[in-house]
Amino acid sequence: MSEWLAIYTAQTKRAFAVWLQYRAAAIIWMIGFIVQPLMYLVVWTTVAESSGGSVGGYTPSDFAAYYIVLMIVDQVTYTWVQHEFDYRVREGEFSRLLLLPIHPIHEDVADNISYKVLTLIVLVPAVILMMWFFNPTFNTTWQNAALFVPAVFISFWLRFFMGWVLGMLAFWTTRIAALIRMYSVIKLFFSGRLAPLTLLPPVLFAVARVLPFMWELAFPVELFLGRLSADEIWLGFGMQLLWTGIMFIAFRLMWRRAVRRYTAFGS
Amino acid sequence: MTTAPVIHLHELRKTYTIHKREAGTRAALRSVFHRETRDIHAVDGISFDLEQGEIVGFLGPNGAGKTTTLKMLSGLLYPTGGAVSVLGYEPFRRENAYLRQIALVMGQRNQLNWDIPAVDSYEVNRAIYEIPEAQFRATLDELIDLLDLADLITKPVRNLSLGERMRVEIAGVLLHRPKILFLDEPTIGLDVTAQRRIRDFIAEYNHRYNATVLLTSHYMADVEALCRRVIVIHHGQLLFDGALATLVERFSPHKTVIVDFAERVALSAEMDCYGSVVKRTPDQVVLSIPKAAVAATTSHLLADLPVSDLTIEDPSIEAVIEQVFNANN
Repeated sequence: MSEWLAIYTAQTKRAFAVWLQYRAAAIIWMIGFIVQPLMYLVVWTTVAESSGGSVGGYTPSDFAAYYIVLMIVDQVTYTWVQHEFDYRVREGEFSRLLLLPIHPIHEDVADNISYKVLTLIVLVPAVILMMWFFNPTFNTTWQNAALFVPAVFISFWLRFFMGWVLGMLAFWTTRIAALIRMYSVIKLFFSGRLAPLTLLPPVLFAVARVLPFMWELAFPVELFLGRLSADEIWLGFGMQLLWTGIMFIAFRLMWRRAVRRYTAFGS
Repeated sequence: MTTAPVIHLHELRKTYTIHKREAGTRAALRSVFHRETRDIHAVDGISFDLEQGEIVGFLGPNGAGKTTTLKMLSGLLYPTGGAVSVLGYEPFRRENAYLRQIALVMGQRNQLNWDIPAVDSYEVNRAIYEIPEAQFRATLDELIDLLDLADLITKPVRNLSLGERMRVEIAGVLLHRPKILFLDEPTIGLDVTAQRRIRDFIAEYNHRYNATVLLTSHYMADVEALCRRVIVIHHGQLLFDGALATLVERFSPHKTVIVDFAERVALSAEMDCYGSVVKRTPDQVVLSIPKAAVAATTSHLLADLPVSDLTIEDPSIEAVIEQVFNANN
């Protein structure tokens, strides 16, 4: 246990040092992260105001609350590993990782944690400003807030393993960038980022429910906002765990095959 | 006394299957439906053993299969056939207990993070390899001393020169004191001083820890300075395994004799009777003479010509190696 703590401490420190080298780039990146939900918030607020004060039961203050919480969840659970694999496979970076007596995923987790810490510098002031400017309304109970924590935690792992599974396709195809692009578009639509999912036509909402994306983003957000019934909450946790389980198994199976493939072909 | 070898290869093979495709749109379209493949035998049945503490030079032209072999030995490639065992492990299983005892240095690859000082990456290695704090300090101090790293490890790696970078890289992979060291062109692109420094260090590390070193290099100076034994491969097959001196003897039956004249000798003077002329000036002649004839020929040279100085040399290792490869093409 203490070895793992030492490994994670050292890796997180190193990742933090690397991020600090790129602080300007990191801050620009983080600002980009805030601009997107802000944009949707502004659009939906305008739509709500022009259609008599609400859309699908969302008032401008509801939209504000929705997108502020969404921004926080998205930032906390965000992962970019899928974008790294192409480079890792092509440039033989995996040779370095495979020589180490430790699974490469740990380096990614540590990297992610350190980035999240750095993110607070931008996230906290952004949340405060948006609270002050958009006047959100929260109907959050303490139960909602308490359940929100494990929901975000599971969401992190779900996204993380999904990122690895997607990224590992780079071992089989050189067209990984196109796949990631498609994945991002589907995700934008079905995760609740473009609009709260209850605003979707029923058919699309039904599709969203069987895909993993709404459980990683919309679910924790609506849970926090007190928009979900007890049944919906349990269903949400069930779906989150199911998809995380699927992704974890896929990750294990694919990793074994990916290593076999990599060591068969070399780099 | 005989001990079990630490590295054992038997008929080791690695075959890559590549997709063959001709140029042009039509060929590209055809390849969508019907892919032709071709087998490349990168390593084609190589056998050798290494004893603990040996430094062995692993030689061959580009594409001979050296790097493929080193990758199979360090677990990065899965062999197509044959047997390989290092320290009793099968490298391709990549067991942590095995990975903790070896190191692979590739001269053209970086293992340290470029953006931060090497010492920050060293700390990560300390944790990953579970090196006890005291041992880590001792090893690091030793490496700092031997490789003269004091001023280098606190600077971001990307700010270092090529030679400096190689030194901090090597220190990074040796922190866990590996028993086996695979070095793939560790001195590539370095200037003569930097090369010598790395070379001296490898000798010292080997001496201090009785580590086994398998080294590839295009610089024969590295090989001459470090390796008593060399293994030569070509087209994935073993050409020679033995003492460096034997290699020279076997593949170069000639010696080079350089004769300096005390007074100018007309260029028209007959020299072919002594051996084949490599170079000729009025002040000097360089001859290539069969080994067996060297003694007799030199006495003739001394008797017939106004000799001021006469030296007998083995041809350069480069020349010998070149001859080995040419003979097998």
